[in-house]
Amino acid sequence: MMACLLEAPLRISVLSEVTATSRHYVDRLFDPDPQNVLQGVIDMKNAVIGNNRQKANLIVLGAVPRLLYLLQQSSSSLELRTECAVVLGSLAMGTENNIKSLVDCHIIPALLQGLLCSDLIFIEACLRCLRTVFISPVTPVQLLYTDPTVIPHLMSLLSRSQHTQEYITQIFAHCCKTPEHQTVLFNHGAIQNIAPLLISPSFKVRMQALKCFSVLAYENAQVSMTLVNVLVDGEQLSQVFVRMMQRDKPIEMQLTAAKCLTYMCRAGAIRTDDNCIVLKTLPCLVRMCSKERLLEERVEGAETLAYLMEPDIELQRIASVTDHLVSMLADYFKYPSSVSAITDIKRLDHDLKHAHELRQAAFKLYASLGSNDEDIRKKITETENMMDRIVSGLSESSIKVRLAAVRCLHSLSRSVQQLRTSFHDHAVWKPLMKLLQNAPDEVLVMASSTLCNLLLEFSPSKEPILESGVIELLCSLTQSDSPALRVNGIWALMNMAFQADQKVKVEIVRALGTEQLFRLLSDPDTNVLMKTLGLLRNLLSTRPHIDQVMSSHGKQIMQAVTLILEGEHSIEVKEQTLCILANIADGNTAKELIMTNDDMLQKIKYYMGHSNVKLQLAATFCISNLIWNEEDGSQERQDKLRDMGFVDILHKLTQASDPNLCDRAKTAMQQYLA
Amino acid sequence: MSGPSSGCGFLMSVVVHGDLALNEQEKELNQRLKRLYPAVNEQETPLPRSWSPKDKFSYIGLSQNNLRVHYKGHGKTPKDAASVRATHPIPAACGVYYFEVKIISKGRDGYMGIGLSAQGVNMNRLPGWDKHSYGYHGDDGHSFCSSGTGQPYGPTFTTGDVIGCCVNLINNTCFYTKNGHSLGIAFTDLPPNLYPTVGLQTPGEVVDANFGQHPFVFDIEDYMREWRTKIQAQIDRFPIGEREGEWQAMIQKMVASYLVHHSYCATAEAFAKSTDQAVHEELASIKNRQKIQKLVLSGRMGEAIETTQQLYPSLLERNQDLLFMLKVRQFIEMVNGTDSEVRCLGGRSPKSQDCYPGSPRLFNSPVHKASSSQTYQTGTAEVEMELDHFSNGVSESSSNGFLNGSSTHGIDLEECDGDMGEIIIWRQLCGGSQAAIERMIQFGRELQSMSEHLRRERGKNSANKKMLKDAFSLLAYSDPWSSPVGYQLDSIQREPVCSTLNSAILETHNLPKQPPLALSVGQAAQCLSLMARTGSGSCAFASVDDYLH
Repeated sequence: MMACLLEAPLRISVLSEVTATSRHYVDRLFDPDPQNVLQGVIDMKNAVIGNNRQKANLIVLGAVPRLLYLLQQSSSSLELRTECAVVLGSLAMGTENNIKSLVDCHIIPALLQGLLCSDLIFIEACLRCLRTVFISPVTPVQLLYTDPTVIPHLMSLLSRSQHTQEYITQIFAHCCKTPEHQTVLFNHGAIQNIAPLLISPSFKVRMQALKCFSVLAYENAQVSMTLVNVLVDGEQLSQVFVRMMQRDKPIEMQLTAAKCLTYMCRAGAIRTDDNCIVLKTLPCLVRMCSKERLLEERVEGAETLAYLMEPDIELQRIASVTDHLVSMLADYFKYPSSVSAITDIKRLDHDLKHAHELRQAAFKLYASLGSNDEDIRKKITETENMMDRIVSGLSESSIKVRLAAVRCLHSLSRSVQQLRTSFHDHAVWKPLMKLLQNAPDEVLVMASSTLCNLLLEFSPSKEPILESGVIELLCSLTQSDSPALRVNGIWALMNMAFQADQKVKVEIVRALGTEQLFRLLSDPDTNVLMKTLGLLRNLLSTRPHIDQVMSSHGKQIMQAVTLILEGEHSIEVKEQTLCILANIADGNTAKELIMTNDDMLQKIKYYMGHSNVKLQLAATFCISNLIWNEEDGSQERQDKLRDMGFVDILHKLTQASDPNLCDRAKTAMQQYLA
Repeated sequence: MSGPSSGCGFLMSVVVHGDLALNEQEKELNQRLKRLYPAVNEQETPLPRSWSPKDKFSYIGLSQNNLRVHYKGHGKTPKDAASVRATHPIPAACGVYYFEVKIISKGRDGYMGIGLSAQGVNMNRLPGWDKHSYGYHGDDGHSFCSSGTGQPYGPTFTTGDVIGCCVNLINNTCFYTKNGHSLGIAFTDLPPNLYPTVGLQTPGEVVDANFGQHPFVFDIEDYMREWRTKIQAQIDRFPIGEREGEWQAMIQKMVASYLVHHSYCATAEAFAKSTDQAVHEELASIKNRQKIQKLVLSGRMGEAIETTQQLYPSLLERNQDLLFMLKVRQFIEMVNGTDSEVRCLGGRSPKSQDCYPGSPRLFNSPVHKASSSQTYQTGTAEVEMELDHFSNGVSESSSNGFLNGSSTHGIDLEECDGDMGEIIIWRQLCGGSQAAIERMIQFGRELQSMSEHLRRERGKNSANKKMLKDAFSLLAYSDPWSSPVGYQLDSIQREPVCSTLNSAILETHNLPKQPPLALSVGQAAQCLSLMARTGSGSCAFASVDDYLH
């Protein structure tokens, strides 16, 4: 609002000063003599070059519709139409507001229409203007795709001249933002048409063609698979890209070529152990992270490298020893530096602008580097102030940085050693908990997943986290619409319940509520179901706990178990459920819940004869617990189960081919013999 | 098959084959070194090609052409460590130097160190432990920078790994590579003249060096490309600040003076006019020099001397040594049959012999441009025409004070051309004419007495003596052209004579003996070789030839 107030009077004064001359230019566009109109447009062209104020004035005074009218009129001379396109192109070179005005005047369809003309000079002028309009962030890229005839026509114009090649490839490179765009361009022969341009004598054409391939190949298997088989002048495309990564080539070219190969690799078109990846692309991207590169290049380099090696431990290992990458990344956190603040404002401004981007890129790369290898994780956490940086990254204002920081923390939290040491020393759970209170889903997923690891029983952070009232928070996560959040919530609760004391278990059951627990047992997501069963199993361990939980929730739990055993579930789910049953059978009083439930006993019998050994084993384990000798009432239980035919089954199982099952059955049989 | 003889033959063939393979390897090595280090003058600073059997500790054994190193000590304590240096230190003119070591076996403990050391550093140690010694050790992956305690640097290395060591002589840093991957800077501020060095410490350790015998695992040429680009960008962007205008004027002056020096008068005048500068020598004077040069280069020494004496009367009088040199050349041209004096005596036409070979040498050979070719090939009648043609566009009146002498000279030149013999007798003494031979012998006597006179007047002059002796030696052979002293008859030998005379004339006008352009090119080249000698590696990527195209 303030800006508007300041701007308005300024604009009026400017207008009053120059309106007269500007209006004169516009008036001449309406001259009845076409020769005068042409001269007027040429004069206008000379007047607006490099003069943003003049450009704004002409737009305000309505020059654009008139220029477009003249450009479209078939009665206009070709020269006039061309000059109009040139002036429009010049106007587009101004501010974003200029572009908006031009787009509002429907310049795009008019210029696209102009491309149907046969005159090359006119086409080039139109394309140049279109290029300037399309590469602006304020232009909706969709405008390129509204008329289905446009893309094929642009493809056909690629052969006309170096200029058409440069402008068209630049338009494609900027307007290919979605898988749909990729498909449209691909289906219209983008690859065959653009590949030869990679060896164009013009650097600009080569560069824009290369950019096209990087946006086309991104997460697109179809494009990537096609690219590996393309030959340019008898040479494989990947080799052309490798040459473009040579160290004497401009940085922009090296970086973009590395992106192309990265995307092709991630899309499965090039193996991760291919020399062009291991010996060329990876080192090139590491070089892009070096201090000598511009801040923008370092951000792109780090992000691309993180993406390249994310799924491959070997690449992670190589990168971790290449050119001191791990310590090189520490430098990403030093912006704005204290020096830049003092010496010059411009530099400070530049540094500030990129500081967030640099930090998030570094976190991403650390996350990728440390996702598999324990030694690398150690190296990362030992980097100067690393844990402090992550901790402060978790509470930064920029969501991008927070997300990247938590990704990094998550990657490092896979290390038992780090959980025991640095994670605890730096109390990372505190900012993590804070982050969980109020964050967008994507941050929450990462943060809660990290929390799962921090709640593992050997983690020293488990205790303080428990005390911070995390249970309510995790329970609320289990009610989320996002399956990933539900899994993480219940997973964390499961970890928390593992070998926990009675108090914690009671608190979990209380906070979650049986209703929610049973809702989770019928969750459509198998992961959620598995972790919920895991939670139940952890709750039902050690005899006093079993009896206590079962005495208060026995009925519902038995119902749920019945339901799952009767339902259509995977072997893993049923196995987990039978294990729960075995735990119940281990209780003192809880046993009776099974013994008095003939239906359940029939089910156990059924699973003892199941074709899957795992299920047989779990069911046998359950029976074994029920007939265990040293406990009260074991004789009665043994008798009842013998009557039900369990001894015969056990006897049969002692002949089983699986040694575990055989042992388990023998142990159970011994209870009868004793 | 008779056993022994066939066995013998077999053995011999193996030996021959081995030699061939060795030669192939040698050839490949030389080619690779030439390609990697074109700026290195191996006469002055030979490149390392193998380990030195003389510069090693006794626990080191060498084999396979001194490329394989194995440990043969007890290997009980660090006191049993042993190193070997390469035969030569790394020349600075490499710019970027690289070698690789393959671990054939890590032996008992794999205490291997790869690196650099200066001459004289104790060889009973691993590289890196002492002053002026640097190493990367396999057992812990640490780097040792002249110290017994290492710094964490890279991964460990063991059997099968290839470790590379790259010395950047521009910024005096070093980085290592493992299996083709750069591990980052290990050392900075390295001293000059380091030797590739490798050290071993426990039994069974064996490593092979690759100084360029085989392709490297790491793409060192790509790294060098980056530095070449950097150095060239540095040169291109050399800041000249506010003096841009001065630079332009200076360059124009250099070009103009070069043109004037070599008497390209029409071009010089046109250039001077278009760049708006004054020529510091009268046009007529330039033309005179041009004329004299043409005469010398076409072998017409008698006329050249005469013209010089006419135009610069006191020059040769004051400079007797120069005159002597010219006369000796004249004698040689007489033998050649090209000098005007013998030609007039019925000798052959100078046609074929005079066809002046275009010399690719720059700056000291204006000739191939000045003597716009056919002039001397196709009969002398056209000489004058060509001369006129050469100064085309320069009207007599505009050429400030064109000397009178020139016209007479034109006639002089033509004088004896009318009755030129049609028959060309190839390679006959003095063109095959008896009269000419007599004249030549007489001229020889005059030359002899001039030489004696000079010696009496000014003492012995060994250069003059040798010159005369070489020239007279021509007569000792029936076919002087194919004699050991026959090179004197080659027209290319006219060039130094021509440029000496030209410089002498210019000196009398208080003009520089050498054009500033040639001087600065020479200075740049000298500067580069001086950089190589003083250890500035960037000379590797700044060849003067690259800029002369």
